Amino acid sequence: MSRSKEAVLDADFASARASILEVAAFIDRVERGEGKADYRYEAIKKILPLLLTEGSNHARDILETLSYTDEEVPETVKTKAASGAPR
Amino acid sequence: MNYIEPHIHMVCRTTDEYKQLAQTGCVAVGEPAFWAGYDRCSVEGFRDYFEQLTVSEPARAAKYGLKHYTWICINPKEAQNLEFAREVMQLIPEYLQRPNVLGIGEIGLNRNTKNELRIFEEHLDIAIQYHQLILIHTPHLEDKLKGTKLILDALRNRPEISPDRVLVDHCEEHTLPLVKEAGYWAGLTLYPTSKLSPKRAADMLEVYGTDRIWANSAADWGESNPLSLTLLGCELRSRGISAEVVEKLLLQNPAHFMSQSPHFIGI
Repeated sequence: MSRSKEAVLDADFASARASILEVAAFIDRVERGEGKADYRYEAIKKILPLLLTEGSNHARDILETLSYTDEEVPETVKTKAASGAPR
Repeated sequence: MNYIEPHIHMVCRTTDEYKQLAQTGCVAVGEPAFWAGYDRCSVEGFRDYFEQLTVSEPARAAKYGLKHYTWICINPKEAQNLEFAREVMQLIPEYLQRPNVLGIGEIGLNRNTKNELRIFEEHLDIAIQYHQLILIHTPHLEDKLKGTKLILDALRNRPEISPDRVLVDHCEEHTLPLVKEAGYWAGLTLYPTSKLSPKRAADMLEVYGTDRIWANSAADWGESNPLSLTLLGCELRSRGISAEVVEKLLLQNPAHFMSQSPHFIGI
């Protein structure tokens, strides 16, 4: 079932606006911080332009950009937790 | 709305939450074996956990009229020590006989290592030998895409495993098409920050439909919501999706997949 663009905007514009403001405020917070930002901040800056591309696969494109794409499979690792962006 | 919560870690949740699940229409829960938030230091620690999954939790659930099903394995986060993992896996056949055990799970990968892959493959061997359903965990965040591909490659090398009997869980926008195309059941997990929101899950269901998909909360010891399937149901209904389709997704689909185990006694 496909809704009209107006129906989607009526349902979700306010929350999308709030989410984007959260990202903007996060960037401001990092910029005000001391020291140098690491690879995670670079990843954020890399994905933001993807929001402005045409089409309806933005979530998939961002997830793919935030994914490892190499084929290396190490024997083992020391850390259990992923961070959200490839190093 | 009646529903099944097919992937939730009730050992981490309160009795009040069993009650809330029942009050919101949940009729059954499925609880895969997983990482407890720390590494267990002995095989007997796993035996205690498997006893909890097959004895204590079904009793807690029954108090509120809920059926409790479970899945047995050693999870990928504790699979880096091959010798230890294999000792734990020797316990599995005994527990597969317990009346609430549906199969092997949640197996899979975490950081996509060779050791994790070895233990994943050995779990597949057990599933084949004992003709068990398989529930697969896909890795988190930046590891998910690569790990999902590795898992699907490993499954492709096992033609004796029917895709009908495998569910690949925690799919997101970039991995659901891969799992669907390979013919396996897919899971959508509603988990704050690191997985799907109800709106994103609803988007994916609008695009791909509800066939061979279940949804779950995977609520555990982290910040998570055991009632999140009710949020997904409300989101779908608010978009004009019929109650019948929502019931198919949240009740009939998990029942269909789980009923392939003779231990599933219906809803």
